[in-house]
Amino acid sequence: MAKVNLTIDGQSVDVEEGTNLIEAARQIGVEVPHYCYHPGLKIDGNCRMCLVDIEKSPKPQIACNTKVAPGMVVHTQTDKVKKMRASVMEFLLINHPLDCPTCDQAGECRLQDYYMKYDRIPSRFEETKVHKDKMIDLGSSVMLDQERCIACTRCIRFCRDVAGQDELALANRGDHVTITTFPGKKLSNPYAGNVVDICPVGALTSDEFRFKKRVWYLKRTPSVCTGCSRGCNIEVHHEGNKIYRLIPRYNPNVNQYWMCDEGRHGYHFVNDNRVLRAQIIKNGAMQEVSFAEAAAYLASQLKTMNSSEIATISHAGETNEVLKAFDEFSKNVLKTDLRYYSRNEVKNPSSDTILRTADKNPNQAYINDLKLKPVSEIKNAQAALVLNGLSEADFEILKKKNIPILAIFAANVGDALPHASVVCPIPTFAEQDGHLTNVNAVVQKISQAFAPRGESRLVGEWLDAITLALGMSAKKAEAVSVF
Amino acid sequence: MTDNKDNLVLTTRFGLEKSYTADVYQKTGGYKSIDKLFSMKPDDVIEEVKKSGLRGRGGAGFAAGLKWSFIPKNVDKPKYLCVNADESEPGTFKDRYLLEDDPHQLIEGIIICCYAIGAESAYVYIRGEFDLAYRRIEEAVQEAYQKGYLGKNLFGKNYKLDVTVHRGAGAYICGEETALLSSLEGNKGQPRIKPPFPAVVGLFGCPTIINNVETISALPYILNNGADAYKKFGTEKSPGTKLFSVSGHVNKPGVYELPLGYPMKDLINKVCGGMKDGKALKAVIPGGTSMPILTAKDCETVTLDYESMTAHQTMLGSGGVIVMNEDVDMVWVLRNLSRFYAHESCGQCTPCREGTGWIDKMLVRILREGGEEKDIALLNELSDNMMGKTICVLADSLSMPVISFIKKFPDDFRRHLKNRPQAVRVGI
Ligand SMILES: Cc1cc2nc3c(=O)[nH]c(=O)nc-3n(C[C@H](O)[C@H](O)[C@H](O)COP(=O)(O)O)c2cc1C
Ligand code: SF4
Ligand code: SF4
Ligand code: SF4
Repeated sequence: MAKVNLTIDGQSVDVEEGTNLIEAARQIGVEVPHYCYHPGLKIDGNCRMCLVDIEKSPKPQIACNTKVAPGMVVHTQTDKVKKMRASVMEFLLINHPLDCPTCDQAGECRLQDYYMKYDRIPSRFEETKVHKDKMIDLGSSVMLDQERCIACTRCIRFCRDVAGQDELALANRGDHVTITTFPGKKLSNPYAGNVVDICPVGALTSDEFRFKKRVWYLKRTPSVCTGCSRGCNIEVHHEGNKIYRLIPRYNPNVNQYWMCDEGRHGYHFVNDNRVLRAQIIKNGAMQEVSFAEAAAYLASQLKTMNSSEIATISHAGETNEVLKAFDEFSKNVLKTDLRYYSRNEVKNPSSDTILRTADKNPNQAYINDLKLKPVSEIKNAQAALVLNGLSEADFEILKKKNIPILAIFAANVGDALPHASVVCPIPTFAEQDGHLTNVNAVVQKISQAFAPRGESRLVGEWLDAITLALGMSAKKAEAVSVF
Repeated sequence: MTDNKDNLVLTTRFGLEKSYTADVYQKTGGYKSIDKLFSMKPDDVIEEVKKSGLRGRGGAGFAAGLKWSFIPKNVDKPKYLCVNADESEPGTFKDRYLLEDDPHQLIEGIIICCYAIGAESAYVYIRGEFDLAYRRIEEAVQEAYQKGYLGKNLFGKNYKLDVTVHRGAGAYICGEETALLSSLEGNKGQPRIKPPFPAVVGLFGCPTIINNVETISALPYILNNGADAYKKFGTEKSPGTKLFSVSGHVNKPGVYELPLGYPMKDLINKVCGGMKDGKALKAVIPGGTSMPILTAKDCETVTLDYESMTAHQTMLGSGGVIVMNEDVDMVWVLRNLSRFYAHESCGQCTPCREGTGWIDKMLVRILREGGEEKDIALLNELSDNMMGKTICVLADSLSMPVISFIKKFPDDFRRHLKNRPQAVRVGI
């Protein structure tokens, strides 16, 4: 791409042809404030916050809709520009309710942030504010407080241009404009949650998240969604070993700025229904035991068997590191050829050409690399060692073929657990580092957000402990050591 | 009603019986330009219109021929003409007479423009409330189809043109050209950011020319008589004639066709029969309410053309002349305007959406409870903060009157200040 040279605030810059002035300024660390502009949406130019001065142009111009041109001289910090920003802020705030203390957007609100940065003048508005409706359930867990809306139309443009479902609109005119769905219709596109992320103010909030947590308490950990094989890049927002929400993280090659609602709301398994302690069958009943005891017990069981007759069943939901460690354990420690995999099979899976794939397993690609066979092809095996997430169908196969489950490594309580002799608690994606390989063979990193819950241990730690208990030497498991 | 003596260019058929039928139109020289049109190259037609100096009569006064020449030549997309018959500027009521009394003149103009720019479809976007005007133009279009003046091989020429009349729902903003396009496409009538300009990306994403009814209606004359004949009317920089719709305190309000450059005082005193009830003239809004206002003194010298209006720091606009006598309270007038603009703001740009409403509320308060000096300063400042900073110029349409009203009639505002013995309260 050809480069264009221009001057912004006295600095000479070379940027790619076709770049708009907001992005061009960003490249040299200059912030041009904006509300309606979003790099993932079509340009609308309505908020007027990004007005800048361009030499030889008779009027101020909006930076979002102005492309760089050779020799252009742009000013973003003159008194005139500052006055325009303060004036837009003043206009935005006249009809905006003063409800920051009770607004769930506090801490993430551009109106607050920009007020402090670009306005900071007391209100000169002595008239009566326009009152609009509050707490409207738009659908898809999205709540609307109309009077906080600054009519930036990001949400409208998202639905129309990204999700492909023209569900939102601005009704009425003047200072009476309101965001609304069409009469009798709800917001129901599978990506609706993104409108909450992109709403620059507290007009759109998520029913799942609002009033659950003040955002400044949240820690943010970069990760990858495990909802399907797309592997959308996300941020995990958590506090006290609990996830409060997932939001998408920009990746131009995978998900742009977005994620689907299934993925967004699919974190509850981390918070709920967890297996927290190791369990073994003793005297015909399940008993909680320590990590060491469980590992020793499992090793002692393995010693009584011909381990090459043990089937190992991996799962397409685990990280590359875990899958590799499990497969190496199968090959090198158990020395078994009976290496299989299980995967989630969803009846009528959702999929589209936007992000969602029909394969709801985040890491089938790596399973394919390992050349494991599906459980349906399982041969005579003495027992099975199961890595998390055994599908219902595969569980039925094991039962039918009378293959007992020797041990299951599990994060969540599930049907197969009571049938296992040993239950080894392991962390979810939020509690470990690692990588996942997505549908397009992109290898993506997940990061540990918080320590494994209860007494769950990394699969690698379990395998090392078992190996040692079997009298063999083990290298210390570390996720990062594989890649 | 119209009351013309001269019937110069556009209004020659006004007042004739059944002037709106193809028969009367043809008997009085209508559709005469067609043969000449098809003997010319499209570019030559554009040149002729450029030469005539015809400027857009919708308000902005942009040179018509120049606008047409922005249509890209080598684009493999359909091109469109949209005739702006939304006529929404308060005080402006001239296009409706062109539609009611001489719709075929408009159709002939449409054929000329479409041929020049290479369009095969034209839309007439008409204000929904215009009932008679709608029926007349719709009937005229049907008649033109029946007679083979529109459709395939019109007038037996190797050229095809369809004209569709589209009724708007009656929003002022739909007269703004890009909002008109959005509305025509079935979306909410909201202006779009420019660039891209409609001449490049217009209706359905295709190159589009948008012209006012009066602009297009002037074309048959220009083609028939040549640019030079047209230029005999008017001034050097404002050639031709223009319709002025005069309302307010004059004895004979109405629509008048006058050569540009005609003195304002003669329009009021001669053409419109002078001030009603012998009252003194106080102010004139010269070109539709969005223009800066003129004082009685300004009206002594100003002439009805683009350059004189500019010299008097206002604009010719759409030619909607509103005449006000000495009894008029300018603050009340301004509030009347602010109510309109606050109501009609499409609501997408921050300064316009919030500013028009704010100004309106302030003016109501000043009229009801009395204002303070700082209110007047704030009105000026808000207007300045709105002006030139929005997607379309609706925000300016209120800002310019606010600033000019305060500047030219400060005493009217002072009368409404609190703590003044002669303070006035208005029950609104
Ligand atoms: C708020 C607003 C309302 C307008 N209303 C009209 C209108 O009713 N009729 C019209 O011809 N032009 C109107 N215009 C001007 C049009 O945008 C456009 O300039 C005009 O139709 C172009 O035609 P012309 O070049 O022949 O004047 C309006 C502009 C604005 C900003
Ligand atoms: S609801 Fe939010 S995103 Fe939608 S227009 Fe209003 S402020 Fe913008
Ligand atoms: S498309 Fe798949 S990876 Fe992306 S958010 Fe949805 S479920 Fe998660
Ligand atoms: S200036 Fe007003 S009417 Fe024009 S686009 Fe902006 S909000 Fe709409």
